[in-house]
Amino acid sequence: MEVSVENITKTYGFQKAVDGISFKVKAGEIVGFLGPNGAGKTTTMKIITCFMPPNEGDVKVGGISVLSDPEEVKKHIGYLPETNPLYKEMPVIDYLRFVAEIQGVQKEKIRERIVEMIQVCGLKSEKYKKIGELSKGYQQRVGLAQAMIHDPDVLILDEPTSGLDPNQIVEIRELIKKIGREKTVILSSHILAEVEATCDRILIVNEGKLVADGTANTLRKQAQAKEIVKVTIEDGDRNQIFQALQKLETVELVDLLPQYTQSYEVQSKPDASSRRAIFKLCTEKGWTLTEMTPVERKLEEVFRDLTITN
Amino acid sequence: MKKIWIITKRELRSFFDSLMAYIMIVLFLGFSGFFTWISGSDIFLVNQASLQTFFGIAYWTLFFFIPAITMGLLADERKSGTLELLVTKPVSSWQIIIGKFLAAFLLICISLALTFPYYITVANIGKIDHGAVWMGYLGLLFMSASYISIGLFASSITSNQIVSFLIALFIGIFFHLIFGIASSGSAGWFAGILNYLSISTHFESMARGVIDSKDLFYFLSIIFFGLIGTELSLSKRNLSN
Repeated sequence: MEVSVENITKTYGFQKAVDGISFKVKAGEIVGFLGPNGAGKTTTMKIITCFMPPNEGDVKVGGISVLSDPEEVKKHIGYLPETNPLYKEMPVIDYLRFVAEIQGVQKEKIRERIVEMIQVCGLKSEKYKKIGELSKGYQQRVGLAQAMIHDPDVLILDEPTSGLDPNQIVEIRELIKKIGREKTVILSSHILAEVEATCDRILIVNEGKLVADGTANTLRKQAQAKEIVKVTIEDGDRNQIFQALQKLETVELVDLLPQYTQSYEVQSKPDASSRRAIFKLCTEKGWTLTEMTPVERKLEEVFRDLTITN
Repeated sequence: MKKIWIITKRELRSFFDSLMAYIMIVLFLGFSGFFTWISGSDIFLVNQASLQTFFGIAYWTLFFFIPAITMGLLADERKSGTLELLVTKPVSSWQIIIGKFLAAFLLICISLALTFPYYITVANIGKIDHGAVWMGYLGLLFMSASYISIGLFASSITSNQIVSFLIALFIGIFFHLIFGIASSGSAGWFAGILNYLSISTHFESMARGVIDSKDLFYFLSIIFFGLIGTELSLSKRNLSN
């Protein structure tokens, strides 16, 4: 089921929390929502899940508008809010039954769905305990289980892995990936590595605006117009090599890397590559080129560049 | 309808799980039983086979107990954030409100049903006016429904249960006492209006065994306005949360 966010704006008082965000997510796609605190991630998710209407714009889930028929939209959405609110005094199994009933799961299927969710989310040993007695990680699993109990077409997860231990994080990521093959998944996170590992596509929001949209690789490339390579050249005088490298036509800047005395970081001019030239230079001068690796910018740096405005 | 019942069921169960329901029932039966049978102007002192004494006591105990039942209904959901969970499920805010209203109302029905032994006992002691008793119970139910509706509204405008309790009592005391007192202190059409607004006017006429469409209209309008107010504050959720 396709989720299409069309130019939504949301204002709290005078502050614009979301300012004209538009994007589309297709079925079978996992989209990661990134952004610093207060960027508008949670607000956007609250609008998609019909918690509150946008001031302007519209969101369509499978072609149905959240403004005209929120009741129908809600049937297709599974939502895990950021704070993972739960009825603490209810036992896990009763709570899942309540959510299944209210989501309109057919009576004869409820039992089967609960058993499946308990198994998938690893809640077997905790199912009769009251939710308030569970650890944070288990509560997070209950939150995930309730979001998926009606087998929704669209899954909206606001920081799904917060509070989980590393093993659980890996499990939940695998689970999300599995679900994402058929369903539409939108998840938000602060952890960039997680988004990179689970998501097909990344959306970065900052101050209510969408500042980037693409796969992790395209984002990196976009942010990195200049080629940087790390080269290690042996059998030569350091200063000579340094100067020779700097004289190359395509090279803009050469950095000496102090900890590896034979290594240099070579930054090329925009839209140019110096790799061939470096190789030729070495053969001419009889130096031995032992390493030449492109330096990739980390997603963290891309994120910082895009979200730090001043 | 089904969705409403699902919410009612959960709410009722949480009343009983949290011991709220038991405490409420024990206190209600304790208070009303003590004053009806043992102390003050009890049945033996009045020396009449009627439940007027009990209705007079219940009139006051329910006034204090109902805000205690309703205070958490929405305020607690707002505080713990489960309101967000509930309104993002395929239920309308009306279904949530009616479901919670019914849960509180059923709890009151259970408490009142447990006072039937009083009725049976008195009916065995002397000649009782059965009509008046049933009308009295009906009056208590209508009054309870009105206070539940006010309490639900109070619960919807705050995330603090104590504040919710106090607001419900504050609104309630006008209908319960102040309008009545004010009407006896004023004259003319103004006194008439105040007298009409006072719950005791309508409750007492019902407890005597007289039912009038005016009384029904009065109770139903309080319930209606309380629920409308709740709906409005619930749908304005984006302002507070």
